[in-house]
Amino acid sequence: MAKSEIEIVVEDPTEPAPDSPAVTSTRTVEIVVYFLLVAMALLLALDNWRTGMGWEAEGPQAGYFPFYLSVILAAASVFGLVSIFLSRAKASDIFVTCDQLRRVMQVFVPTFLYCLFTQWLGLYVASFLLIAVFMWMVGRIALWKSLLTSFVFSFAMFLTFEIAFDVIMPKGPLEALFGY
Amino acid sequence: MEAFGLLLHGFGVLLTGKILALMMVGLVLGIFVGVLPGLGGPNGVAILLPLTFTMDPTSAIVMLSCIYWGALFGGAITSILFNIPGEAWSVATTFDGYPMAQQGKAAEALTAAFTSSFIGSLVAVLLITFLAPGIASFALRFGPPEFFAVYLLTFCSFVGLGREEKHKTIISMALGLLLAGVGMDTVSGQLRMTFGWSELLRGINFLVAVIGLFGISEILLTMEERLALRGHAASISLRVVLKVWKDLPRYWVTLLRSSVIGCWLGITPGGAIAASFMGYNLAKRFSKDKDSFGKGRIEGVFAPETAAHASGTAALLPMLALGIPGSGTAAILLGGLMVWGLNPGPLLFVEHKDFVWGLIASMYLGNVVGLVIVLTTVPIFAAVLRVPFAAIAPMIVVSCAIGAYAIQNAMFDIWLMLVFGVVGYVFKKIGIPLAPFTLALVLGSRAEDAFRLSMIGAGGDLRVFWSNGLVGSITTLAIVLLFWPLIGRAVEHARQWVQPVKRAG
Repeated sequence: MAKSEIEIVVEDPTEPAPDSPAVTSTRTVEIVVYFLLVAMALLLALDNWRTGMGWEAEGPQAGYFPFYLSVILAAASVFGLVSIFLSRAKASDIFVTCDQLRRVMQVFVPTFLYCLFTQWLGLYVASFLLIAVFMWMVGRIALWKSLLTSFVFSFAMFLTFEIAFDVIMPKGPLEALFGY
Repeated sequence: MEAFGLLLHGFGVLLTGKILALMMVGLVLGIFVGVLPGLGGPNGVAILLPLTFTMDPTSAIVMLSCIYWGALFGGAITSILFNIPGEAWSVATTFDGYPMAQQGKAAEALTAAFTSSFIGSLVAVLLITFLAPGIASFALRFGPPEFFAVYLLTFCSFVGLGREEKHKTIISMALGLLLAGVGMDTVSGQLRMTFGWSELLRGINFLVAVIGLFGISEILLTMEERLALRGHAASISLRVVLKVWKDLPRYWVTLLRSSVIGCWLGITPGGAIAASFMGYNLAKRFSKDKDSFGKGRIEGVFAPETAAHASGTAALLPMLALGIPGSGTAAILLGGLMVWGLNPGPLLFVEHKDFVWGLIASMYLGNVVGLVIVLTTVPIFAAVLRVPFAAIAPMIVVSCAIGAYAIQNAMFDIWLMLVFGVVGYVFKKIGIPLAPFTLALVLGSRAEDAFRLSMIGAGGDLRVFWSNGLVGSITTLAIVLLFWPLIGRAVEHARQWVQPVKRAG
């Protein structure tokens, strides 16, 4: 049978270069994560020790399980740390390259700002801003297309949740203006 | 044949205009979720869960499970046309599916994928129909010790049988269990691990964690990759469908083998991903013509798709009968049951007959309707991929935020979702599995309650877990599974010790 044509093509203009320098190695991140986990485990263990981690006549106290789980968590993390330091010879993988980190930040920073703005402007207005700005700035899509898509999507969400399904979202000054 | 009568009753519950409409909506949304990069079965269901909060439980579960079937169908479309598995369980489908598309046989490959998905789920649903009521009525005799033993078995089998490094699985599970304990202790009423923070009084909601761990982190991960795609367009004509179906009986061994593998791995916490690979590899091993696999052989599409769907469907069996989810998505559906005020577990079959049999009937109907929808609308869904990711990514973020907020109407949950998004991203990259975390978070407090209730019942005596044959054997099995890797190694050593002796003698 004939070779079929490639018919759907989507380009990615800002794709991360394969030879972009590494920011950090998986090994380093793993070590940091294990240290954080140990710290968290110690903190939780302390709190549960205060709550009461003993064994009463009728079974364990409220802090019993969480205390020993924290101990297990700490032990497993220390084991992870030790096994990393023992396997020093092994070549380490790249955790993330510069280009990749830049792209991840392109999503993460707007998402963070979005959460922040939701508190003041309400979810729907913040969503409109997020989608429009993201499409326009990151996706390099024409401004009018970005604004239109974003408006249609946010408005559809508003209709679905606020009106059709009665699910209440955080709302801000704009919704108040229309009496919602 | 009691099950048959109840099933008919289930169809009766189902056949109303409203539920059928929700079913269609669910399937279409599910296929979207399956096709789009950065979304998948578990996060799709988690994000769309808030839509169902105001529905009655039966409509809600029908819509959610249809999203799940749709996602299972959708994953195959991108694997075959674009060589991009929309879901991890579709990876094995790309091996032969994409070469078929390259040879201009995309329509055949898609038909094969959809049909075998259908067959896989059908086998699993039949299993659920006839097995689940039995298991549930058996489990009705369970008391807290038995339930704790079953939970323990679930946790231990994850640690003992998982393929990830053991300490990483343990970290993930311990973290999940710890976070499940945050908030008010249900037995004593004491506050735990809240550090005087009032937002933490409610505890950490399972669904918020899932939306962050799977939804947000998946977006971050997807952005790292190259997003350019090149794919084949395809439309399926009736002639092709009939041709593939005519050949179907020739592959009955493959279909049956994959269905069995899928059902087995679905019930045990192994998952659809392992099932699809195993189905593919076994089909290859038993084939007379091994070399033709990977070059566009239709059997290479049948095998993994049947197994993936059988497993995805069978994962609902332990959830319905015992309240223990067999997969990530099943865990989220379980979270949904609790939101709608239903208590998952064997009592469901007694107290909520309409709900359970409506759900089971919807599995039959949903798969039939789903098959028709995907066969007729493939070109539309393939075109969805033309939409640039820059437009889809923020929309997914918005959906995640809506989902996270709607669960408890708390702004704090949106922040929590973001934190879990980062945690999920880092964990995935350093190889800490997320499935044990999810399972531990959803089952953690139930397991602890079961343990402490058994302790109160037995006056603090641990021997209650070996007090009768049933609970004793489950507990022992759990401990054996936990140490399975060590036991396996010991057996291996013993064999090496014995063998030289034999040879000498």
